[in-house]
Amino acid sequence: MATQSVQTGQAPPEGKAPLTAANLGPPEGGRTKVKGTLPYLLLLPALAFTAIFLGYPLVTNGMLSFQNLNMTQLIQHVTEWTGFSNYSDALTSDTFWRVTLRSVIFTLINVVIIMIGGTLIGLLLAKLGPKMRLLLSAGLVLAWAMPIIAATTVYQWLFAQRFGVVNWVLAKLGFSSMADYNWTGGQLSTFFVISLLIVWTSIPFVAINLYAATTTISRELYEAAALDGAGAWKSFKNVTFPFLKPFMMVATFLEVIWIFKAFPHVFAINEGGPDRLTETLPVYAFVEGVGNQHYGAGAAISVLTILILLALMSYYLRIVLRQEDAEDADGASAGPGEKKS
Amino acid sequence: MRKSLLGRLWPNATALVLFLVFVFPVYWMFNTALKPNGDILSETPVWFPTSPTFEHFKTAVNAENFWTLVRNSVTVTVVAVVSSLLIALFASFALARMRFKGRKSMILVFMVAQMAPWEVMVIAIYMVVRDADMLNSLLPLTLFYTVMVLPLTVLTLRNYVAAVPKDLEESAMVDGCTRTQAFIKVIFPLLAPGLMATSLFGFITAWNEFPMVLILNKDAEAQTLPLWLSKFQTAFGDDWGATMAAASLFAIPILLLFLYLQRKAVSGLASGAVKG
Repeated sequence: MATQSVQTGQAPPEGKAPLTAANLGPPEGGRTKVKGTLPYLLLLPALAFTAIFLGYPLVTNGMLSFQNLNMTQLIQHVTEWTGFSNYSDALTSDTFWRVTLRSVIFTLINVVIIMIGGTLIGLLLAKLGPKMRLLLSAGLVLAWAMPIIAATTVYQWLFAQRFGVVNWVLAKLGFSSMADYNWTGGQLSTFFVISLLIVWTSIPFVAINLYAATTTISRELYEAAALDGAGAWKSFKNVTFPFLKPFMMVATFLEVIWIFKAFPHVFAINEGGPDRLTETLPVYAFVEGVGNQHYGAGAAISVLTILILLALMSYYLRIVLRQEDAEDADGASAGPGEKKS
Repeated sequence: MRKSLLGRLWPNATALVLFLVFVFPVYWMFNTALKPNGDILSETPVWFPTSPTFEHFKTAVNAENFWTLVRNSVTVTVVAVVSSLLIALFASFALARMRFKGRKSMILVFMVAQMAPWEVMVIAIYMVVRDADMLNSLLPLTLFYTVMVLPLTVLTLRNYVAAVPKDLEESAMVDGCTRTQAFIKVIFPLLAPGLMATSLFGFITAWNEFPMVLILNKDAEAQTLPLWLSKFQTAFGDDWGATMAAASLFAIPILLLFLYLQRKAVSGLASGAVKG
């Protein structure tokens, strides 16, 4: 999860989970062929728990989305089926599409920054001497390990209107209008704080894992490239990059999924405010469903969000499964799995 | 000559700047927590806690229900992590050591479950728990956290199980152990580091979980630390010293655990993570 991979994940710390599903140590290849029910019995507890506590709420979520369920129905325990009206309401409302577009842009911007920043820092780690590398990794690990809600309160304090250190620095740098700037008062400035927080917590995962990937590249490949007269850029393009590409693809997809569904970061900074202008899809579903007590409508929004996530995940799973196939074929493990959170 | 000096200098300089950027928020949390109020509410930031005080930690610890919430958080997290390790041990053993029909689809199930959008499912979870009349109880939280960390635990543990040489197990069985004995006496001790590394991420996930407890447990005594912390600043009227002390108290167990286990966990995860 982290990384949460470290992954995470994540949970990453939730969201921070580890990069790992498929990947830890190389399995020794040999799995014994077993007849009978033993493997299924061993898997039964895990599958049963997952079915009850993950599967059942998912089904419930689907059923709720077809109900008219507000405060009245909730208190009286009545079930009013309304067909697709929650969906048609959501899909014909401007707000839903605005929030969806906002979520997509938010995710894209953060993922691009995280992947570029993480890659550059990972390559920098590879270039450093042992002492500086240890120092920088220690800093990265500290940011990575920081619990999300602790981090959100710290960022609120860093960006506090009065006595916040960020405003003080900006004022000192000559932006005197920033001396008492209210960061959570506007849409873009709130998103700036949220993004900075997300980037700060996510880059270490990418950087450290990417650095670990570079250590698996054989020196001889670089020597061969140098013999062929390749410069720094060429040897990066022809040697380093092809090695890192599988990791980077998986990491990109994981980040897309994690950030698209990020809830605590967005919610804890400003609860989707000001004026609900920083609500992303998960926060929107929460505020509509729980905050405004339109549970049915909220459930419909969350089903739509889950469908978007499923589309993103299916692509990710395709990559990972292909790596799992390769593993089965050559007996060595490959391919990253999942993080935090 | 000059150029090469510059060439050696810039990576180190950049690394130093980046180090400061990444460490600063964590440093600022501890720094604020240790400074007296006069230094916190000062027009010019006080960069070092020159006259440290534990006042803020006292305020945080003496806050209403603090110890109840610590107990709640620890109970929920530890029970969830240990139960998921137990359940996952069986599953990962089957996945790592046996070949059977449907093995790949099982792995797929756990991969999908690993990415389950719990944050988006809270409305349904609220309804399920409410219908079971279990709002404001720690039991549903524990059960959901167990399942939340279960898939990653299965997938990670399976690699640790696979990494234990099969010969060891077989020779133990030749020496007269049953399969169960072989597992307990030979494999389990070798798995211990893997179990620790695996539990790290489960621990972090459960310790941090926020959306679910936010909706399920409104009762002040049934909450966990993340929820308490998210409201602390409002409850204490912008008392930043106390808020940062509370954040530090919440973060310290995780930071220590991470520093202690990360080398193992991260390198384990990373070494398999990338290999085209």
